Amino acid sequence: MRVEVRVYPKEGVLDPQGKAIASALGRLGHASVEDVRAGKIFFLDLRGDDPVAVEAEARRMAEELLANTVIEGYDVRFPADL
Amino acid sequence: MTGSKRKFAIVVFPGSNCDQDCHYVATELMGCDAEYVWHHDTDLKNSDVVILPGGFAYGDYLRAGALARFSPVMESVIRFAMDGGPVLGICNGFQVLLEAGLLPGAVRVNRGLRYVCRDVHMRVENASTVFTRLYEPGQIVKMPIGHMEGNYTAPPETLTELEFESGVVFRYCDEEGRVTDEANPNGATAGIAGISNREGNIVGLMPHPDRCAEALLGNDVGRRMFESAVASLAPA
Repeated sequence: MRVEVRVYPKEGVLDPQGKAIASALGRLGHASVEDVRAGKIFFLDLRGDDPVAVEAEARRMAEELLANTVIEGYDVRFPADL
Repeated sequence: MTGSKRKFAIVVFPGSNCDQDCHYVATELMGCDAEYVWHHDTDLKNSDVVILPGGFAYGDYLRAGALARFSPVMESVIRFAMDGGPVLGICNGFQVLLEAGLLPGAVRVNRGLRYVCRDVHMRVENASTVFTRLYEPGQIVKMPIGHMEGNYTAPPETLTELEFESGVVFRYCDEEGRVTDEANPNGATAGIAGISNREGNIVGLMPHPDRCAEALLGNDVGRRMFESAVASLAPA
């Protein structure tokens, strides 16, 4: 079952990459850019077809490894939801 | 007398690249014994001091230090540290200590988004840890840095705890000891360059004491960190 974990800088945590991208977009003429935060996305193919169990497992993976929860938040989504 | 020599364990992850520098400091400059400990090993070989050296453990994949923390050797390092054993994390080794939860907080990419390689000045904020007791409190030391992710941060309550319990060991400053934004090479919160646990036996810092440990190189102030650890050990 395909599940996605998105990891991103927590609100309020300085994100130097996001800031740099925002200013580059501004230089390219995208004057509408107010803020950018840059994160990562993990596409996980997990065995099992119980979405509740798969989501719980993906959350544990995020807590244990994929995100550093001191500075990063995460969410878990199913592509089918989108 | 070799039986009473102090021994350093230098942990080697795939991608460590300052392991030989640390080994050289321990053996050639200090006359101690040193053993490399491969990340798959769990035996610290009866060492008195453990060093996690700089480099790019596991290619810094995912996040610096994030994968190294799950190495078999880290279980032994954590046990050694919890028993009060001296553990020093230098640069990437500091990042591993943070990811392993042996020290609080995290590092982000430098605020300038660039790898920074140059000398910095730091003020010794805590001269009573196992690795800093041969410095004077408030002493200004110059050490080289070379990192992309040294922008230290922690939740507000952790920062308060660090400040109130002397957890901040080194702070970036200018030559006169002033902690200014210009003297801060990476954007680290409150200019924090190095921290320790409450007991002072676990210390991590971004600058490289191993790269300034010999007068021949024009600076040997870093050697005091290694010597402090040896001086802290109970008589053999």
